[in-house]
Amino acid sequence: MSNDAGRLEGKVCVVTGGGSGIGRAVCLLFAQEGAAVVAADVNAESAERTAEAILSQDGRGTAMEVDVSQAESVRRMVESTVEELGRIDVLVNNAGFGFAATVVETEEADWDRLMSVNLKGVYLGCKYTVPVMIRQGGGSIVNTASAAGLVGVPDRAAYCASKGGVIAMTRAMALDHVGDGIRVNCIAPGSVESPYFDDIFARAEDPAALRRQMESRHPIGRLGAPAEIAQGILYLASDDSSFVTGSALSVDGGMTAH
Amino acid sequence: MRLGGKVALISGGARGMGAAEARLFAKEGARVAIGDVLEREGREAAAEIAAAGGEAMFIGMDVTSPSDWDRAVESVASRFGRLNVLVNNAAIYLRGLVEETAPEDWDRVMEVNAKGPFLGTRAAIPAMRESGGGSIVNISSFNSLVGTTTSTAYNASKAAARLLTKSTAVQYAKDGIRANAIHPGPVWTAMFTSGFPDTESIERRRAQAPLGRIGTVEDVAYGALFLASDESSYITGSDLVIDGGWTAQ
Ligand SMILES: NC(=O)c1ccc[n+]([C@@H]2O[C@H](COP(=O)([O-])OP(=O)(O)OC[C@H]3O[C@@H](n4cnc5c(N)ncnc54)[C@H](O)[C@@H]3O)[C@@H](O)[C@H]2O)c1
Ligand SMILES: NC(=O)c1ccc[n+]([C@@H]2O[C@H](COP(=O)([O-])OP(=O)(O)OC[C@H]3O[C@@H](n4cnc5c(N)ncnc54)[C@H](O)[C@@H]3O)[C@@H](O)[C@H]2O)c1
Repeated sequence: MSNDAGRLEGKVCVVTGGGSGIGRAVCLLFAQEGAAVVAADVNAESAERTAEAILSQDGRGTAMEVDVSQAESVRRMVESTVEELGRIDVLVNNAGFGFAATVVETEEADWDRLMSVNLKGVYLGCKYTVPVMIRQGGGSIVNTASAAGLVGVPDRAAYCASKGGVIAMTRAMALDHVGDGIRVNCIAPGSVESPYFDDIFARAEDPAALRRQMESRHPIGRLGAPAEIAQGILYLASDDSSFVTGSALSVDGGMTAH
Repeated sequence: MRLGGKVALISGGARGMGAAEARLFAKEGARVAIGDVLEREGREAAAEIAAAGGEAMFIGMDVTSPSDWDRAVESVASRFGRLNVLVNNAAIYLRGLVEETAPEDWDRVMEVNAKGPFLGTRAAIPAMRESGGGSIVNISSFNSLVGTTTSTAYNASKAAARLLTKSTAVQYAKDGIRANAIHPGPVWTAMFTSGFPDTESIERRRAQAPLGRIGTVEDVAYGALFLASDESSYITGSDLVIDGGWTAQ
């Protein structure tokens, strides 16, 4: 950066799933750009590690435990943030997970769990944060969707459905709250190097072959880095995108362009 | 500096969005070439950047001419040594329903808005490859995504630019060349006010954009900056919609 102020100077940003992967990269980047960051995660220890990493780069960061699928937990996260930091300028609904299964193989309990984190989690985050943003006169919400919400991915029926839901809800919420000064957008990453994929590779019969197959789905020939997704989220979170709302930005190495 | 060390060529950079992109890119450390048919405005835009401490040059060119493009890319390379960013921004607007659109006007709009970006992309790729990769940003329009009751040829030409972008992305990813499209909604520029000169039609546009305002050239320039920079290194073949929510509804 040059000597100008950071792109999120003075803003309070809450990032769910902030303990790992994309969420952790978002927390570190936002802090570098001057934000006060709340790293919220169901894995409290991982959120602590993110907060420590922020402090060690001289940023402002706090850890918070949250289960985004539980209304009471999300309500408390929002309340504590406002108590401690006074406001919420940016909410990144990023917590999520996936599993490999066709619709026939998907157990009902697994479907429910996936929807409750990936889709209901976004709903709850917005339900409790939007009123805070309305009171303070505006804000920016960025949801982590996926390329899997835009195109079909084999063996990911429930995951695709949850992310397609996030994209649709993003558009609707953008219209509902445009008059409140709140912008709502989502990011649609392709495949990203993260514990999420480490896990999928670890379970694969032939991890190397699966990796090659994943890479070849992206014209750019490689998987993305969490920091590359974080840059897209930064653009949507910051005032650089003040005329952007209701949009889905693909950060996918060309995956959905062919 | 978000574009430190980079060299950018911006077509239609003499005024409007293109000029805003040139100013912002220069402020973020890029050396900038403005290509335009408007000589006086183009020279003034370049001089303004230089006066603010940036580095800029003007190249008189018509985007419909293949030889103008070759000359432009050559002069950028000889003055600045490389080419990292091309913004295909030059375009013309034509209002009119299908029946009101004269066949020769359709051709002219396609010539500038679809063939222009194609020629620019074609001329820039070898220079970008030599520079170790690059980023092409095509300024399309929200009119490429949805139908409108005001224009016909313009919408089709912008849709052509959108798919040119995706094909370029898929074909040249292996060379480290990225290509993305920006789809602005209505933005205050000479193009907008000449297409929509009366208060009533401006108000109608304003009301149709959920955000309730007409965009500014800076709104679009910041998007172009993001796509031009290495911050977007994993983004290619993508649509960045900067339209105040118009196409979300
Ligand atoms: N990695 C990819 O390829 C990829 C691609 C597209 C989209 N995404 C999406 O990006 C987001 C982040 O994924 P990632 O790749 O960084 O994965 P990750 O597993 O590294 O991180 C996800 C984080 O979310 C947390 N989390 C899970 N359930 C939670 C809950 N109920 N409440 C609070 N926190 C919870 C986890 O503890 C973890 O820290 C997810 O929404 C994922 O679907 C990932
Ligand atoms: N203003 C809007 O509402 C709006 C909305 C969506 C998209 N756009 C697009 O944004 C881009 C910039 O438009 P603007 O609003 O700044 O318009 P503008 O008319 O102010 O600027 C366009 C520039 O392109 C130049 N140009 C036109 N034809 C040329 C040619 N053949 N060769 C070289 N240069 C040429 C013009 O001289 C001018 O400097 C265009 O691609 C336009 O289609 C504009």
